[in-house]
Amino acid sequence: MPALSELDEAYRKIHRTTEFRQELAWYFKSYVGRPTPLYFARRLTIELGGAQIFLKREDLAHTGAHKINNTLGQGLLARRMGKTRLIAETGAGQHGVATATVAALLGLSCDVYMGTEDIRRQRLNVIRMKLLGATVVPVESGSRTLKDALNDAIRDWVTNVRHTHYVLGSVGGPHPYPMIVRDFQSVIGRETRAQLRRRTGKLPQCLVACVGGGSNAMGLFHTFLDDPVRFVGVDAAGHGIDSSYHSATLVAGSLGVLHGAFSYLLQDPWGNIQEAHSLAPGLDYPGVGPEHSFLKDQGRAEYVAVTDAEALDGFNLLSRTEGILPALESSHAIAYLSKLAPEYSAEDIIIVNLSGRGDKDVEVVAEAMEVSGEPH
Amino acid sequence: MSRINKVFKKLRAKGEKALIPFITAGDPDLATTRSLVLEMAAQGADIIELGVPFSDPLADGPTIQASSLRAMQAGVHLEDVLNLTGDLRGHTQTPLILMGYYNPMLQYGLERTATTAAARGVDGFIIPDLPPEEASTWRVAALQVKLDTIFLAAPTSNAERIKHLGRLTKGFLYYVSVTGITGARTELPSDLVESLAQVRSLVKCPLAVGFGISTPEQVANLAPYVDGVVVGSAIVQRVARLKGPELIKEVGDFIAALKAPLRAK
Repeated sequence: MPALSELDEAYRKIHRTTEFRQELAWYFKSYVGRPTPLYFARRLTIELGGAQIFLKREDLAHTGAHKINNTLGQGLLARRMGKTRLIAETGAGQHGVATATVAALLGLSCDVYMGTEDIRRQRLNVIRMKLLGATVVPVESGSRTLKDALNDAIRDWVTNVRHTHYVLGSVGGPHPYPMIVRDFQSVIGRETRAQLRRRTGKLPQCLVACVGGGSNAMGLFHTFLDDPVRFVGVDAAGHGIDSSYHSATLVAGSLGVLHGAFSYLLQDPWGNIQEAHSLAPGLDYPGVGPEHSFLKDQGRAEYVAVTDAEALDGFNLLSRTEGILPALESSHAIAYLSKLAPEYSAEDIIIVNLSGRGDKDVEVVAEAMEVSGEPH
Repeated sequence: MSRINKVFKKLRAKGEKALIPFITAGDPDLATTRSLVLEMAAQGADIIELGVPFSDPLADGPTIQASSLRAMQAGVHLEDVLNLTGDLRGHTQTPLILMGYYNPMLQYGLERTATTAAARGVDGFIIPDLPPEEASTWRVAALQVKLDTIFLAAPTSNAERIKHLGRLTKGFLYYVSVTGITGARTELPSDLVESLAQVRSLVKCPLAVGFGISTPEQVANLAPYVDGVVVGSAIVQRVARLKGPELIKEVGDFIAALKAPLRAK
């Protein structure tokens, strides 16, 4: 608790100062490459036959995903708090890479906790982290995925809190993390709103994003909270909601406490946390950010689920219509467009958060779709 | 006055300190836990902590994580632990504290957990992932049935917070010796004795120290500064290694050795 209080206090004091805001804005522009484009996906729109589809291209941010928005913000915050070491948990490896990147940029040491199951699935990102000078710490406990990496990162943080800042990667975990991560990620929605208004003078009808912990979705939604805009969050249904192999926390979970947050969870009747399953390792988390649970209970956002197989279709669809390989996580949001776009007319606008690029996933996708490395 | 308070009062009158061993309930099975509790009580344990198995024991190191997993694999849940304490209450008057994470209690129902526990003779609860800021519902449920809610203070807690925790906690204040998680350590922080003296001056309630304490020598060094000493992982390591009568005897001998330096000189 003292660690969280210290962080809460420091964040409240620092993040509104002009100096901090200017510093973050400078790095966003010069280092991350923000603003990321809001791209009208013409061929995808035609293919789906309904609303106009715009993609918020977070896949074009430095390191290839939206994760850098948060790690940069937290890294700059940690430096001002006098911390010399960053730690992080990672599932897909995107958050780990983004944390390792910021650690290198700011001259801080970095350890990233990663489940051995994810290390196997996301070899490329493991190598990237090592090349960036970070240490990847394999996590053998539990399901050896994101939840367990988070457990070990928290254990490390409470042990080394005096000089270490824990860069939590999503809008979950204990307060103040859901607030801090949402604030740093909300640059996505702010840019999107301004870009669309400049271009069309309108608001979108609908926003779509995948939800694991929920940071890219919250980053997109937050700015539009008071606007008449529909929010759709896409959970990972894995092998199907009725199987025990899914990560559809908001669609099929129940309320409980995990990692210091009261939110929807996948759990057994005794309150033990169940393993989450998804082909997309970034969605493989049995909890979700508490603000998403709030939006669900309020009826402000709706949450749906997409299976592994449908996500692969989404991956294919975007690759072939737009020449963009989406991350498997983002492919869930793309996949749901097939249901959503035809509900709308051609004047309507749907914006999808393309939260990451798919290069990290090509081996897994190739295996799942039986694409060989041979030329024919 | 609660059974835990009475123990501290009685020991204080004799110039003794409390030994508070921890084991996970159901590791490797409930029958073994039952035998271990009775043996520990017989060999000098003054208060006994029973861990409730949980899938994600955040405050625990590898030893107790593995122990929790073994108990879960044996199918042991909160209700089984409550039933075990009911059974034990017929055989020992040693105070029993359940140490468990919040979510299993939340799912079972906070009031239901408190009333069932009280009916089965549980004396108190330690919930390491429930900070006092979030504990008001639980505290009310526990107070109504006279269960002690024991809070933890850490080396990172400032004086103001320690005072607050000292007023809030029931039974005793549990001071965590290290920043970090449970697990036997060969060396404790060099400033631990000074920290304990400072905490002692800030709170009126009984004070126990735990996390990382694994040998009679460490117990002897800390005894003058506290009212009780908690030993967990060092016992759980033995549970992992041995079984049957050999385990019971080994743990009994270990408890006697840990208690020796806590007895009146």
